[in-house]
Amino acid sequence: MAYHSGYGAQGSKHRVRAAPEPPPLFDDTSGGYPAQPGAYPPQGSDVAFNVNHLLADPMANVAVAYGSSIASQGKDMVHKELHRFVSMNKLKHFFAVDTSYVARKLGLLVFPYTHQNWEVQYSRDVPLPPRQDLNAPDLYIPTMAFITYILLAGMALGIQKRFSPEVLGLCASTALVWVVIEVLALLLGLYLATVRSDLGTFHLLAYSGYKYVGMILSVLTGLLFGSDGYYVALAWTSAALMYFIVRSLRMTSVGTDGVGGPAPRQRFQLYLTLAEAAFQPMIIYWLTFHLVR
Amino acid sequence: MAFTLYSLLQAALLCVNAIAVLHEERFLKNIGWGTDQGIGGFGEEPGIKSQLMNLIRSVRTVMRVPLIIVNSIAIVLLLLFG
Repeated sequence: MAYHSGYGAQGSKHRVRAAPEPPPLFDDTSGGYPAQPGAYPPQGSDVAFNVNHLLADPMANVAVAYGSSIASQGKDMVHKELHRFVSMNKLKHFFAVDTSYVARKLGLLVFPYTHQNWEVQYSRDVPLPPRQDLNAPDLYIPTMAFITYILLAGMALGIQKRFSPEVLGLCASTALVWVVIEVLALLLGLYLATVRSDLGTFHLLAYSGYKYVGMILSVLTGLLFGSDGYYVALAWTSAALMYFIVRSLRMTSVGTDGVGGPAPRQRFQLYLTLAEAAFQPMIIYWLTFHLVR
Repeated sequence: MAFTLYSLLQAALLCVNAIAVLHEERFLKNIGWGTDQGIGGFGEEPGIKSQLMNLIRSVRTVMRVPLIIVNSIAIVLLLLFG
């Protein structure tokens, strides 16, 4: 205990210099607190006294340490499970957009007839992110358009005095279910045709989500200009979207060398693309006509 | 048609059940979709029909046990909540 007495002597010197001595509520555990005496004790004693004031109970220390370790374990587990289903890097690639890309892509969705080069550009076998390539699909526009569509549906129903909060949820889940059905049908079609393309699930999700932009425009013109405006906008956006989808998907399914396999399979791919394009106006009409009476 | 996510799950469950009950000997062989009738030559790409037969066979093999569990859960839920 020479250690303890040595520390105590220095501590008493410090006590005389500094604040008045706190009442001894407990055994002086500050003697064992600093591992090495020497330069450490002067501020060590201050810290030791403050810490011992706040966490007087060593059990609280243990509890805090245990809780934080549990929390970090839980966080790791959640991250691991999430990473098993959704690859974060691939998802980040779809959200790497900037303002000029969004503006140009929206313009392309509404008027795709003058665009010349529809191929997705690569850099060393990796597709370029949407920030650098206009033809790359992204998930930002479909997500924002979906949310805007739900809000617009709520507003349209409110104008017609048919609004209630359940209808909003019903509208959202209906639209989501149709997207899921469409993506599943496309995946099935691509699997049956054994198309060797880069169309992953997120690409199909992106191309399915672009129809929400057409839906929003149709509903807006329907609200502003009545039923005739709605049908005109529906026809225009449907034609533009069909052209956009056919041109984009033909580029991806043909492949980089342009051959694409035997003739019946190429015909099946063409039918698949045409069916996907023809499905868009039907679903746009189905999901929006009840909003514009 | 107002869909909910639950109705999508129900539809998916019914579809997978429908694929799982296709009997191999009594039905699929009679219409020429049996698993031993499909594996043609070891050519480059299988045709659409053989892909479909492959899909049916793999769904039936993989989903047999999970379907039992999911169907039991669905039965219990429907009994409890109608």
